[in-house]
Amino acid sequence: MTAVDPVIEARFQALPLRDLADAALHTALKLGADEAAVRIERIRTAHTVLYDARPRGSDDLVDLALGVQVSCRGTAGFGSVAELTTAGAARAAEYAVAMAGAGSRAGSAFPPADERPAGHAVWSSPCERDPFAVPAAEVVGLLDTWSTRLLAHPVVAHVMAKVTVARENKYYADTNGSSIVQQRTRIHPQVVAVGERSSGGAASMRTVGPPTARGWEYVCGQGWDWNAELAGLPELLAGKLAARPVQPGSYDLVLAPSHLWLTIHESVGHATEMDRMLGSETSYAGGSFVRPGDVGSLLYGSALMTVTADRTSAYGLASAGYDDEGVAAQDWTLVDRGVLVGAQTDRRTAARARADRSTGCAYAESARHEAISRMPNVSLQPDPAGPDETALIAGVENGLYLTGSDSWSIDSQRRSFQFTAQACHLIRNGRLAGQVDGAAYQSDTLTFWRSLVAVGNSSTYGTFGADLCGKGQPVQAAAVSHGAPAAVFTGVRVVDAERDVPR
Amino acid sequence: MTPAELAERALAQHTGTGDLIVVIDRTVAAHLRWAAGAVTAAGAVDDTRISVMAVHGRSVGALSHVGALDDEELHDLVAGAERIAHHAPADPSAEPLLTAQEEVDDAPADHPEPPTAAIRSIADELAESARLLTATRRASFGYAQQRVRTTSVASTAGLRRAHVSTSALLDLSLREPDGGAGSWTGAAGPDLAGLGLRERQETLGHRLDSARRVVGLPPGRHELILAPSCVADLMVRLYLAAGAQDALDGNSVFAATDGTRLGERLSELPITVRSNPEEPGLLCRPFTVVRSPGSLGSVFDTGAPLAPTRWIDRGVLSALVQTRHSARVSRRPLTPWIGNLVMEAGPGGRNLDEMVRGSTRALLVTSLWYLREVNPMTLTLTGVTRDGVYLVEDGQVVGAVRDFRINESPVALMSRITEVGLTTPTLPREWTDVPTRVAMPAVRVPDVAVS
Repeated sequence: MTAVDPVIEARFQALPLRDLADAALHTALKLGADEAAVRIERIRTAHTVLYDARPRGSDDLVDLALGVQVSCRGTAGFGSVAELTTAGAARAAEYAVAMAGAGSRAGSAFPPADERPAGHAVWSSPCERDPFAVPAAEVVGLLDTWSTRLLAHPVVAHVMAKVTVARENKYYADTNGSSIVQQRTRIHPQVVAVGERSSGGAASMRTVGPPTARGWEYVCGQGWDWNAELAGLPELLAGKLAARPVQPGSYDLVLAPSHLWLTIHESVGHATEMDRMLGSETSYAGGSFVRPGDVGSLLYGSALMTVTADRTSAYGLASAGYDDEGVAAQDWTLVDRGVLVGAQTDRRTAARARADRSTGCAYAESARHEAISRMPNVSLQPDPAGPDETALIAGVENGLYLTGSDSWSIDSQRRSFQFTAQACHLIRNGRLAGQVDGAAYQSDTLTFWRSLVAVGNSSTYGTFGADLCGKGQPVQAAAVSHGAPAAVFTGVRVVDAERDVPR
Repeated sequence: MTPAELAERALAQHTGTGDLIVVIDRTVAAHLRWAAGAVTAAGAVDDTRISVMAVHGRSVGALSHVGALDDEELHDLVAGAERIAHHAPADPSAEPLLTAQEEVDDAPADHPEPPTAAIRSIADELAESARLLTATRRASFGYAQQRVRTTSVASTAGLRRAHVSTSALLDLSLREPDGGAGSWTGAAGPDLAGLGLRERQETLGHRLDSARRVVGLPPGRHELILAPSCVADLMVRLYLAAGAQDALDGNSVFAATDGTRLGERLSELPITVRSNPEEPGLLCRPFTVVRSPGSLGSVFDTGAPLAPTRWIDRGVLSALVQTRHSARVSRRPLTPWIGNLVMEAGPGGRNLDEMVRGSTRALLVTSLWYLREVNPMTLTLTGVTRDGVYLVEDGQVVGAVRDFRINESPVALMSRITEVGLTTPTLPREWTDVPTRVAMPAVRVPDVAVS
């Protein structure tokens, strides 16, 4: 590194990053690698959990390692060590080349697409207050205040409150001449209120406030109004406790962005990952019904459906300056007015799909993991001429209004799915008519997106997301954001997942 | 430096008035992943995790670090944990620290190397197996992993324990060309070489052969035969939900208005679900290790010996996962989490093929996927079948049927099982976040709603 950057953690910059990288890259080339990349990553995660305002768990982990990825005659190999010395870096390179050699005995390989050198770059996600600089007493104090406030309400029997914070520091260098320093900070508070029914049994209501790429300022109201959401939680819970079972049948669904994001994630985000489309995720995570040849022609949804991908949006969990193969962050379109026009690639899947260049989706959970193609921020675009949420609901005669994500399940080809919500309100003649219980909607991806009949304007738009999306073997986690307007899907099958006998 | 030596080095950094517990996990692992004849990943990893838990009165400060540390960094880690402990509120599960000591004579080498040789061998076996597939046009997809983990625990209260665990895992599917049918199998054991890649590939081939005909399936209720892997997926979820403290808090399927459901009959059949660190073929660590405060274990219990435990004993819920604190409060024996799980129902169980031959009409489900909780209070899960559902008529597989969704609770399902087969080692399909040392029977359930 040439100069110390004031935004990036000093402790990370103090590591002998360049020397370690040189040792790893030099060894890899000497042992016969055609190209090599090294990542040195320091990742800190902490979470604090309170149950009924009493501490129930906490963890604080620093993960510091060095990983080397090589390509030897097209075959990929990876090696990682915990020992941050030049000898350790060389050992990681030896492992990587040895594993590429082992792998080449088993079968063919796919070389990566070309990429121009990124040069030297520094990138950081926005963060006003480092969450790791917040004293533990202040963290516990905030969760305690939130919990106590909720427990004071007669409808609330129990409260689980937790906050997870994470910071990734990454140094990437490759034999292409790139060297990149990055820092990403994220935070995710969650509160669950549990109530008991007079008839026995219980119900819970969880905050929908999303994980986001911000610092501690987020819990103080920047980007989400936590006080307002917590104030409304007991009433939502009371409504759920009083809910009657949903009548199974066909409904028009008004999906709030706090719910729709997960349906987008599972049925569009994962389905348009090129590695799944090519079959290389068939073991474990699964494939996709989408074929590489479908790009440019497949009618994915109604003309109201435009879905974009990006690794550039502010506060996006998948946003970064560069990916883990040195490819600059990009934004592009996946679905344009209903037609599939794009996919997500890393360098190997880009080459296999005969694309000119990777879309920059390579990402590894840590330096102990190899980089694989991971989801960028994938978002449904609002309709500038569309209605607001009240008007969307007013346009529905017999429907359900779903807010907040809950359970999800989708088949291994990303087709047949079922989702449930935190709160599900009945809509009768354009008005909300109380919550119903047990509602789960089931559909398949293309039928569902083709039934999109109304999309809200930007006043209905919100960004949500997941901080623990799993993929790969060994499995690795990634965080990703999804923006969405409120939207209406017509004639969707709804079952009672608690009591239902399917028709 | 061995994990035991590193643990001593960490203890030496302790300066406070309270106690310090240290857990060291040194892991070396290698893996191979492939898809349709191409290798998609091959890696080797060497890492060390250091977890320090400072105890100050009833309060705990926990910090963990993955990666090498010099003495100064180790000092900072320990001091940081002590600082947290001083300011942390009391841990409700606080109990006196344990002091058990044992001589560790199987201490591993200073620098164990990742087991790359095991991966070279499986790569060769894979190349050999792939040649057998050429004529069929079928493709193999899978993942193989070999791992050695040494765990060493030590505390200022005198605790010293260590354990070495060697584990391997094979996840294999075989698919017809052009997006056709698939079939899956998984296995875990100490050595990759013993998991039988080639034999498993053959078995999958036979299964695909028997399912060339596709038959329709109306939604509704059907008799299901769930293969051992599916039962593992369900029972592991039940085990993960079996925390006593969660039940006492009214926060799980095992909660009852006046405490827990312990003593309740869950099945009329003599079904036993149990764990045992000495279980042949499923050996696991014989003492408790907790790396940070959480609801399935207490930091204070680190080092507690583990004894055979029957969670469900001949149909009756008999134990929940206890900490010493929850055991004392609920006046139950101390039954902490154990890293394996066995389900059985006495001698005489039939194997899967025999159960098929004994069926008039049933759906054989070989693998479940993407089970997610719909309701934690009932443990209702939703999930889909994957890679192989077959219609059985008059003792024969007569064709493949489409995948379908089920919404079921493993707890409620217990009461509807009508047959329990022979218990065999298996692997839950979603093995990532769950224990993989399991032995399960196939089961027959006559009335499962499918959609």
